[in-house]
Amino acid sequence: MVSDTQPTRLYVKGVHLGFKRGLRNQYNHTSLIKIGGVDEKKDVSFYLGKKIAYITKASKAGKDGSKFRVCWGKVCRAHGSNGVVRAKFSRPLPPQSIGAPVRVMLYPSNV
Amino acid sequence: MAIFVATGGPKKAPKTAASKGKSPRMYPADDVPVPKKSRKATKAAPKVRGSITPGTVVILLSGHFRGKRVVCLKVLKSGLLLVSGPFKINGVPLKRVNPAYVIATSTKVDVSKVSVPASVDDAYFARSEAAASAGEEKFFKGDASKAVVSDQRKADQKAVDAALMKAVGSTPVLKQYLNAKFTLTNNDRPHNMVF
Repeated sequence: MVSDTQPTRLYVKGVHLGFKRGLRNQYNHTSLIKIGGVDEKKDVSFYLGKKIAYITKASKAGKDGSKFRVCWGKVCRAHGSNGVVRAKFSRPLPPQSIGAPVRVMLYPSNV
Repeated sequence: MAIFVATGGPKKAPKTAASKGKSPRMYPADDVPVPKKSRKATKAAPKVRGSITPGTVVILLSGHFRGKRVVCLKVLKSGLLLVSGPFKINGVPLKRVNPAYVIATSTKVDVSKVSVPASVDDAYFARSEAAASAGEEKFFKGDASKAVVSDQRKADQKAVDAALMKAVGSTPVLKQYLNAKFTLTNNDRPHNMVF
């Protein structure tokens, strides 16, 4: 049997950089995500459509009995040519999430 | 809704002549709407990407068995994959998985000698709605009975795995490979990986 001592990580670490914006206006509906190890636009194609989870811990358990809250989103497209991606979340991410880690899942997979 | 010209209640369906051998006492005054017949051909099974074929070793990405490497046995009519661990190697039973939650590897197992019983189809895995909701209620009340694996399932698992284990055993280190979980570690870049 497989020993379950080693945790399995099946997501890539990412960071919420901020929101899509212009010089003066900010558009909260789209978040900019830096995915670990993705520094070029050509690497983004692997991640297009992948689900992103922004996970927070709350003091009270939610409906599912878990204290962890998840805001799901997905990778939409590249943002510029430096490997940053644009992502849409089911609800716009809160401002305190700027700089916070997000999980970029490996699904939906097309490998 | 059709309006019935009759003495009876408007909600009662008229008895059909065929069932009683008499002409019906009521008849609908309006035309009874008949659902439009679809001209589309019966829906074909969703296509599964070419990297997944019977015998492909796939990595499960979510759920209880996430990270496990399992053998895809076939694609079911619904477009879901039928996989088996085999159970003896990594504890994954015969189960259905959505191909979107799977990474196909380049490793193949020869499953030509593995015959999946014809009874193992989508209906085989489907849970009846009543059983599911009853179980949920009990679960929250805290008196859920432990899920019992039926003897039929055990027998099917045994039959499939017997042949599968033979195929796995014929390739060196394949057994160990299936036993090992897939995980990302620091500096792993899945976009550069060849699975």
